Amino acid sequence: MNIHEYQAKALLKGFGAPVAQGVAIHSADEAAAAAKQLPGPLYVVKSQIHAGGRGKGKFKELGPDAKGGVRLAKSIDEVVAHAKDMLGNTLVTAQTGEAGKQVNRLYIEDGADIARELYCSLLVDRSVGRVAFVVSTEGGMDIEAVAHDTPEKIHTIAIDPETGVTADDVAKISAALALDGAAAEDAKSLFPALYKAFVEKDMALLEINPLIVMTNGNLRVLDAKVSFDGNALFRHEDVRALRDETEEDAKEIEASKWDLAYVALDGNIGCMVNGAGLAMATMDIIKLYGKEPANFCDVGGGAGKEKVAAAFKIITADPKVEGILVNIFGGIMKCDVIAEGVIAAVKEVGLKVPLVVRLEGTNVELGKKLLNESGLAITAADDLDDAAKKIVAAING
Amino acid sequence: MSILVNKNTKVLVQGLTGKTGTFHTEQALAYYGTQMVGGIHPSKGGSNWTGSKGETLPIFASVAEGKEKTGADATVIYVPPAGAADAIIEAIDAEIPFITCITEGIPVADMVRVKAKLDKSKSRLLGPNCPGILTPEECKIGIMPGSIFRKGSVGIVSRSGTLTYEAVFQTSNEGLGQTTAVGIGGDPVKGTEFIDVLAMFLADEATTSIIMIGEIGGSAEEDAAQFLIDEAKKGRKKPMAGFIAGRTAPKGRTMGHAGAVVSGGKGDAESKISAMEAAGIKVSPSPARLGKTLVEVLKG
Repeated sequence: MNIHEYQAKALLKGFGAPVAQGVAIHSADEAAAAAKQLPGPLYVVKSQIHAGGRGKGKFKELGPDAKGGVRLAKSIDEVVAHAKDMLGNTLVTAQTGEAGKQVNRLYIEDGADIARELYCSLLVDRSVGRVAFVVSTEGGMDIEAVAHDTPEKIHTIAIDPETGVTADDVAKISAALALDGAAAEDAKSLFPALYKAFVEKDMALLEINPLIVMTNGNLRVLDAKVSFDGNALFRHEDVRALRDETEEDAKEIEASKWDLAYVALDGNIGCMVNGAGLAMATMDIIKLYGKEPANFCDVGGGAGKEKVAAAFKIITADPKVEGILVNIFGGIMKCDVIAEGVIAAVKEVGLKVPLVVRLEGTNVELGKKLLNESGLAITAADDLDDAAKKIVAAING
Repeated sequence: MSILVNKNTKVLVQGLTGKTGTFHTEQALAYYGTQMVGGIHPSKGGSNWTGSKGETLPIFASVAEGKEKTGADATVIYVPPAGAADAIIEAIDAEIPFITCITEGIPVADMVRVKAKLDKSKSRLLGPNCPGILTPEECKIGIMPGSIFRKGSVGIVSRSGTLTYEAVFQTSNEGLGQTTAVGIGGDPVKGTEFIDVLAMFLADEATTSIIMIGEIGGSAEEDAAQFLIDEAKKGRKKPMAGFIAGRTAPKGRTMGHAGAVVSGGKGDAESKISAMEAAGIKVSPSPARLGKTLVEVLKG
């Protein structure tokens, strides 16, 4: 689950990280009052969407010469003008895709005098099974490009969970970022605070790009991107409250209510599969036969018939879907449960497109029997290859 | 021969009394008499578990007690996500040699905690978020459907549960059968990696070929490929087929920015496929052709 920059900064501030003063607004009427709360004379007006590249992004509704999604203002009037220009319009960035995202919230922040821009993130480094800091002196730009072009400028420091961030770790991070003076002093509290926030809130990623050294020598978190481990949301009511559903695909929201792993895609073959690996492999084989999947959908291992029916309804509700492939290799998932769920969903919402079902594994005979006796127009398939061929053939008519 | 588990393996079940634990324990007992020796429940110690066909197993209050009274050398965990990490740690503390955790959805931070403990212990953990392990006609730990297995010569290792079943099903259909199938699990932080299992298959005389199934994300497949190249230089090499799931997955949907940074350009399907092919693994473009691809490799 992702949150907005202003929410991330408020959260980090609670752990003692240095962030600028700022106020989030939802309408241009609030802009002047928000700016008056800040010291000035320099303000930054920042679009709040769940995507990066906002500064270089362009608003669809404005001309090509209009400024991007992050703007400087030197007066309160200028803040208000920018707010009117940005709110409600659609920002297209390198990460949003062509459709862009509507800007419904702005963050008005106190400006900073920047001496250096650095990169700092925390994540779980799967190769060592530990939380790691990833830092670079090359902040403020696309870090993937830095990693690709100059990998020696990226430093990874993994943290022992039994000790937390030690003085030695801080020294390593500070050395990698070439911090000295006041910044090196700030580092002694900032890096342990970031680690504490990451662990206590079950984050999946905490990315500060840039972390800045100001002209006065102190450190400041200038931008912050936080995403949380979906598996740990059950124990963080405060984090769940930060969710902004307007940033998410409607089908994906419905799927998440049922705890389904669902990703909307651009093709026209709807897929319902058990297991993430098989779900990806099913997408791969559809493509191998020349078609595109409409979605990734893993119903998981322990799904009941209601969850299977919900998944099936989400897939059929997608107007792009011209055919559906159900591919189940039951282990924990029993084939009869899948059959019951599919039958229940079809009885409720009908079936207007071809449906190919491949069942194998636990309780397969019972599942096949239920489908055969249901009287529904279902094409049975023997194996994955057969299933993919049959659904592609059905769509090609 | 086989790896990790055989007909002598004695298995305790953590989470036996739940619906999932009960169903799969019944299946395991029915699979060539896998030695399921008891269940664990903190408040039901001293009672008995009864399956739907009248099977019974003793319940112990702790893993340590269960181990002491039954001589168990393995546990399987079906505990829900919130309590699963503590269940693994209880098994580590009881010095169970082989722990399999089936549970899907454990918070990563909990697994970081488990991993620190595991690294200092004598236990091996398989999973979490995995289908378990099965040695045909001897021992079934976890949720793999026993009916698709056939005793034979192929060692199977996979990050994906359901693709493990595909590989098993297809090698059975080709008449090759399996020595052992191991699902290492799809979580980023886990107990057993490809390299661990590949080393065991290379050392196992009965395993004469290997199927390895990976997926996008991380660099475990690349690391495994390098391991195989190094082993081949020492003269240890077996015919291998493989598959990587997620060739068509949209970039950036599952992996954050910084995840790609750490792996330094690794993690996508093409990088994994080329690393595996460089290590002499024939990578099938289709998940439906795993068995056939291995047969082609064996024919030379």
